[in-house]
Amino acid sequence: MTEQTNTHSESQVQAQPQVQPPLLEVKALKKYFPIQRGFFKRVVGHVKAVDGVDFYVNEGETLGLVGESGCGKTTTGRCVLKAIAPSSGEVWFQDPQMGRINVSALEHEQLIHVRRNMRMIFQDPYASLNPRMTLLEIVGAPLRAMNIASGKELEDRVAEMLRRVGLRPEYMRRYPHAFSGGQRQRIGLARALAPNPKFLVCDEPVSALDVSVQAQILNLLQELQEEMGLTYLFVAHDLSVVAHISERVAVMYVGKMVEMATTHELFLTPRHPYTEALMSAIPRPDPTPREKRILLTGEVANPANPPSGCYFHPRCTYVQDICKTEEPTFDEISPGHYVKCHRAAELNLSGVMNLA
Amino acid sequence: MSADHVLAEIKNLRTYFHLAEGVVRAVDGVDLTIKAGRTLGIVGESGCGKSITALSLMQLVPSPGKIEAGEITYYRTVHRTESTSTADVVEISKLKPNSREMRAIRGNQISMVFQEPMAAMLPVRTVGAQIMETIMLHQQVSKEEARKRAIDILSRVKLPNADRIVDTYPFQLSGGMRQRAVIAMALSCNPNLLIADEPTTALDVTTEAQILDLMRELQQEYGMAIMYITHNLGVIAEMAQEVAVMYMGKVVEQTDVTSIFRNPLHPYTQALLRSIPQLDDVMARAGKKKRLETIKGMVPDPYSVLPGCSFHPRCPQYMEGVCNQVVPAVIEVEPDHIVRCHLYASHSANARAN
Repeated sequence: MTEQTNTHSESQVQAQPQVQPPLLEVKALKKYFPIQRGFFKRVVGHVKAVDGVDFYVNEGETLGLVGESGCGKTTTGRCVLKAIAPSSGEVWFQDPQMGRINVSALEHEQLIHVRRNMRMIFQDPYASLNPRMTLLEIVGAPLRAMNIASGKELEDRVAEMLRRVGLRPEYMRRYPHAFSGGQRQRIGLARALAPNPKFLVCDEPVSALDVSVQAQILNLLQELQEEMGLTYLFVAHDLSVVAHISERVAVMYVGKMVEMATTHELFLTPRHPYTEALMSAIPRPDPTPREKRILLTGEVANPANPPSGCYFHPRCTYVQDICKTEEPTFDEISPGHYVKCHRAAELNLSGVMNLA
Repeated sequence: MSADHVLAEIKNLRTYFHLAEGVVRAVDGVDLTIKAGRTLGIVGESGCGKSITALSLMQLVPSPGKIEAGEITYYRTVHRTESTSTADVVEISKLKPNSREMRAIRGNQISMVFQEPMAAMLPVRTVGAQIMETIMLHQQVSKEEARKRAIDILSRVKLPNADRIVDTYPFQLSGGMRQRAVIAMALSCNPNLLIADEPTTALDVTTEAQILDLMRELQQEYGMAIMYITHNLGVIAEMAQEVAVMYMGKVVEQTDVTSIFRNPLHPYTQALLRSIPQLDDVMARAGKKKRLETIKGMVPDPYSVLPGCSFHPRCPQYMEGVCNQVVPAVIEVEPDHIVRCHLYASHSANARAN
């Protein structure tokens, strides 16, 4: 696994010099959805859901991916697995069996193999489980499809998975309707973990859950990460949850990555004005009145018809002429801290205020 | 208007749903007081009865739900002078849901903002037409005047180009704009009480921040009371002055917002506060990971009737023989800090909790 020590790369986003290359490296990922009109379904434009995104995830860590609804974070997560095929770009994954491969270029046969190692869990535990399948069928489905196990062995592995996520193996013959939201999320997790993967895309896994259940699932995700050496791409919009679970956080705005840094740095010293606004908008469970928060004006840009220059400029309080015409690049401003802003170097932005 | 003028009072409210599988005691003996011009926050997890309490107050309980017992009293101000105000007492719990009196109150003096702005508006009529309908139903004004008022209220909720928005359909607006339009509709008749049921749950953080700010501004401008229902403790901290925590159809703790966060007494409130990721805490750890504290088990199924305190199977401070047998009474541990828990049984009104 470590024979490749590829420290030189053509990409501007590059991991810290280290022995291992990142487990996942995404370069210039794009996903455009065509807008079709009329009888002949003429393509009149594109919704640029993901528009040139670069990031990497190191082995064993959690990268949080945040942004407003419609910013392309879910699409990014799905493109990484090629659940939907990206329009362009590369997704380099360090597969334990196949070595470093570009997932976005794989064909069906190879994708089945790589998806043993890259899996996904979904937001809605009610919609993501087939109500007509028993837990055995649901959790066993990936094992069967990938010819990993069958018969008694399959049953044993399903039982083991259910135990791992905190469900009783005796429930194996039951259907999803018999379970609560939190338990269903555990079932989804068991299904994702059944083929013993390396990497998990978690698409808003706790957003639909109550506070007390959310805490249970977050803890379970952390426990499993330590036990099984998992790596997570954690897509969510709740910033407190993301801060809690992630080592590093990436922020998206209208299909582009605007900032990526360690959780600590991003929350305390954000370098992009959009991140600053996000930080200030977090509702805090503390009744102490705090400083006036930064309220964004206007609406999120339309990804089918984005503004010129920096997409954030119509809402940005620090806007200058250059922002209106030229798109900034996603640069490493300090080690491991990437930002896409013309004024990143000069601005002194405030992070989450420390009230303690 | 005096600061402590009581606007609405809920006493021992019980709203039950009789289903084939059994009786769901959605609201099971709730007491709440809503003061004029103040914000009462109601927190709890799904199924705790917070929304049904609000719907009972509006006489909008969906079938087969029924208000079984209790009183909902609404003190309607009829005449207001500098020093005195006379209140006209309306027993909402005695009114029929579709009675003339109830319909005159609903949407007029007491109005509601729902979680899903798209579901709260009719997709086939323009935003303006829906607001005008409310205005013309409750106030004797001409169509032109109603339209003028609709545009005025739309601009007050800070929608740009209100004169254009008035003729748009809900689907043409973004989520945040739609929620503003729904708030405009709720405020169009200048209500005394606005019930907001998770109004920002479906919105993004930045949009949520805008809507919360807007609601606070409008409250100062119009002086209405807000009953704010949410499961988000962060939002409660920002919006509410008084907080009631609900669990399985009962208010388990109620006090002012500072005490609920600084000095929570009920084990459920304490556990709830500990189970949310706290940003300050995360930052102080500087990258080191930690587990959240959880509440063991889960909310029991709604048909079950637990003996004693309904939180006892999950309570870390469970006392055998007491909590599982006796329903805890409401105890005023400190002035204006009430809690339903046996731990405080020995406390007189002045005793400190710890």
